[in-house]
Amino acid sequence: MRILKFLLRKEFLQIFRNKLMIRMIFAVPVIQLILLPFAANYEMKNINLCIVDHDHSEYSRNLTYKFTSSGYFQLTAIADSYKKALKVIEEDRADLIIEIPEGFERELIRDNQTKVMLIANAINGQTSGLSVSYANSIINDFNSDIRAKWIQIPRINPQPMIEITTSNWFNPKMNYKYFMVPGVLVLLVTLVGFLLTAINVVKEKEDGTIEQLNVSPIKKYQFILGKLIPFWILGNIVLSVGFIISYVVYGIYPAGSYLLIYLFAAIYLIGLLGFGLFVSTLAETQQQAMFISYFFMTIFILLGGLFAPIDNMPDWAKILAYLNPVSYFIEVMRMIVLKGSGFMDILKYLGIISLFAAGFNLLAIFNYKKTV
Amino acid sequence: MKQFFSFIKKEFHHILRDKRSMLVLLGLPVVQLIIFGFAITTETRNCNIAILDNSKDEATQNLITRIESSSYFDIDKTLSSDNQIEKAFKTGRIKLAIIFQPNFQNELMHNNKAQLQIVTDASDPNQANTLTYYVSAIVMEYQKELNQNKNLPYTINSEIRMLYNPQLKGEYSSVPGVMGMILLLISAMMTSISIVREKEMGTMEVLLVSPLKPWIIIVSKVIPYFIISLINVITILLISGWVFGIPIVGSIFLLSLVTIFYIICALALGILISTVTSSQQAAMIISLIGLMLPVVMLSGYAFPIANMPVILQVISNLIPAKWYIIMVKNIMIKGLGFLDIWKEILIIFGMTTFFLLVSLKRFKIRL
Amino acid sequence: MAEKEVVIKTNKLTKKFGDFVAVSEITFEVFKGEIFGFLGANGAGKTTAMKMLIGISKPSSGTANIAGFDVYKNTESIKKSIGYMSQKFSLYEDLTIKENIILFGGIYGLNDYDIETKCNGLLEKLNLQNDADKLVNSLPLGWKQKLAFSTAIFHMPKIVFLDEPTGGVDPITRRQFWDMIYEAAHNGITVFVTTHYMEEAEYCDRVSIMVDGRIEALDSPENLKKQFNAATMDDVFLMLARKAKRGD
Repeated sequence: MRILKFLLRKEFLQIFRNKLMIRMIFAVPVIQLILLPFAANYEMKNINLCIVDHDHSEYSRNLTYKFTSSGYFQLTAIADSYKKALKVIEEDRADLIIEIPEGFERELIRDNQTKVMLIANAINGQTSGLSVSYANSIINDFNSDIRAKWIQIPRINPQPMIEITTSNWFNPKMNYKYFMVPGVLVLLVTLVGFLLTAINVVKEKEDGTIEQLNVSPIKKYQFILGKLIPFWILGNIVLSVGFIISYVVYGIYPAGSYLLIYLFAAIYLIGLLGFGLFVSTLAETQQQAMFISYFFMTIFILLGGLFAPIDNMPDWAKILAYLNPVSYFIEVMRMIVLKGSGFMDILKYLGIISLFAAGFNLLAIFNYKKTV
Repeated sequence: MKQFFSFIKKEFHHILRDKRSMLVLLGLPVVQLIIFGFAITTETRNCNIAILDNSKDEATQNLITRIESSSYFDIDKTLSSDNQIEKAFKTGRIKLAIIFQPNFQNELMHNNKAQLQIVTDASDPNQANTLTYYVSAIVMEYQKELNQNKNLPYTINSEIRMLYNPQLKGEYSSVPGVMGMILLLISAMMTSISIVREKEMGTMEVLLVSPLKPWIIIVSKVIPYFIISLINVITILLISGWVFGIPIVGSIFLLSLVTIFYIICALALGILISTVTSSQQAAMIISLIGLMLPVVMLSGYAFPIANMPVILQVISNLIPAKWYIIMVKNIMIKGLGFLDIWKEILIIFGMTTFFLLVSLKRFKIRL
Repeated sequence: MAEKEVVIKTNKLTKKFGDFVAVSEITFEVFKGEIFGFLGANGAGKTTAMKMLIGISKPSSGTANIAGFDVYKNTESIKKSIGYMSQKFSLYEDLTIKENIILFGGIYGLNDYDIETKCNGLLEKLNLQNDADKLVNSLPLGWKQKLAFSTAIFHMPKIVFLDEPTGGVDPITRRQFWDMIYEAAHNGITVFVTTHYMEEAEYCDRVSIMVDGRIEALDSPENLKKQFNAATMDDVFLMLARKAKRGD
């Protein structure tokens, strides 16, 4: 234990002496946590709209007005032909064209039936799908308004109607930041913790200092603990700074208990850093360690459930996601922060992450050889 | 010139000898593209939901069958009380619950009005919205069939056309996105680290006192990564063509040209990073932690830039990947020509020049 | 000299990497308090042999006993009894002089009082009292090496292994360095040193000369010169090294 004390002292001295590093370890995550959640918004507010109105009637103007006043669409161009409108799409000045054909009003009133054309830039399948469905619902509304004006509504609704009411639990205002902030925080803690440990041991290899430790009576577990503990503490500090920012900037605090998050984070970090150390034992140079980390981090982050729900993934990707410690922390973080889940609710995840922690660290200890 | 080539050869030897790094550098784009193409999808499939049927009549049965047979939902039948549902939400077992009022069919048929409640787990608001939308669509469909015979007056039909990507495939936006991200990260990261590495090892001094001109040293350090990046572009395009079936509509020549410009820009960024850092660790933190998330989130391929607050829209302009992604979409998918992208090319040029000028200045100060 | 205690004893110690025999059946003894020079050209197998002796490389065959411990079974006990200074300078550059000394003192299990007093004594001896809080990377190479040696014997090991300790330093510093080695040997620490400076070989009590993984000669510098009928150790070495088949 005494040896461990000296090793820890050394690591802390080294970490805090490197002012540039310390600044980056804290500044980079802080800035990103403040900026990035604002970017992560699938909520469509300003869909750029181009209108081609061949009818120039009262109804076509009303429909246009209905769109621009809806809050979802922003009229960025008016074109007098489809061809010109297409040019607007090509230049990315609009995402959606609404073409109102000549005779729109006349046909609606005379033939009881008319049409409008919606033409979307579908390169991004998801957003274009959404914008078309918003457009459709606006047209439906407009349609109902017209009917209401022309048909006298009988006192009793002649048609059976199913009334759907929706309640959105855990995040009733549907604030996307509540969803993103805890997730981004997990990613930042993960990136910082993992990278630092992955590179640290390799740096000692490259500098030759590890040889000096290898010829000394330090035990393997002492060495691993000496590396783990400092970065574990650092990870927890980054997490705490993240919580402060979440509260101050976004007003987000856990519906559940902080204590439970820290309990989970404690085990998660042990596992994550163990994995970092394992990568460190695999690599010969910092450059190599870096590339290997980059590989794993990209996959962990993409399959972590932040950018796309794991439920939607195909089975093989789900299996990968289940092997991904990051996905558990993101899940648990959201459960505790948003849903106020308690100890029993996250017990399963706690068990899984403990297995990860044990596994990765055993691998790291096993793979770290004091011999050359 | 001979010196120059022997120097490039040395750099190649360094890189080729390191099999693990090579594997990562060449394999990652493939893995990433496949994950993005197949796994990162916002299409809902087999999402676990619960149904509380307080009525158990013909109408609710009919609706449940419809919901069950859609590919969107899996019904967790073990849940049958309010308490259990709340618990299931908290443990993350279900994302949505549907609650039918008692006497559903009676109310529907005799009072023409029945109530159905949807409860969502809105901790992911996007998913909650989508799921609600799907349930509503199924219910509407059912309702429409009930009213089948009544033709409504004054109907506006909408005719929808999806340009460029009629099947709404996700890959149409993820391929350009992955190209933009991988090329920037790998090129910037690789060059910055390999230059800083020489600084750290002290070998940079040796090179600088040699008769080689400094720019030759830098250029020859950069060329191998330039070639690796080109190989990556080719693999990405082959995969997107053969596996995902995305054709290159516009000119391949133009696409290659802007890609080369972009890679040079990324390499210049790497050189810049290497001049402002003195240790590999610092270079890594800047190029990985500092670049990775911002590029993913602000370049416009994960999240639409138009939805962002103004300040982020402004910041997004500083990210080279944004401009490259626009160009790739324009050439590859829309089939546009040079005249439609010259502005973006100019911006990339400007950025490259800026990165190089600043590095040159910093380089001189130090020596 | 009567009854000398043997602290290093090897018998046919061999290390193979695949088909390549880096060290071939070396057999020798080193006595307590002796300065034992381990000579050889680059690539002769010196460093590999040393790594087996200090327990960070497993021998392929043969036996070796260091300070009474077996190199196969008791590598961790060996590590407690030895000090090591590698060819590559390996103190922590981003720690101060004092911090480095305290670290290694602690790793070898010295108590706080011993660390404090010995550390002060050492700084005084090296005339570094005023520089104790300077980062190691700000020191000139010669000082770094003296410091590395002092750190390697800080815990008073039975044997100290020095792998080309004076590479790249000027002759005056090298001379000072050897004074430190004599002092250590005088205090009963056995010194096992590899070098390819032949004038340094003259300072050793006994030297062995390795060629292509084998020990080709082993005796005191005096006797070796007589045996090969040479004026200097340099000539002895050249005569032996000429037989080498391995290049650098």
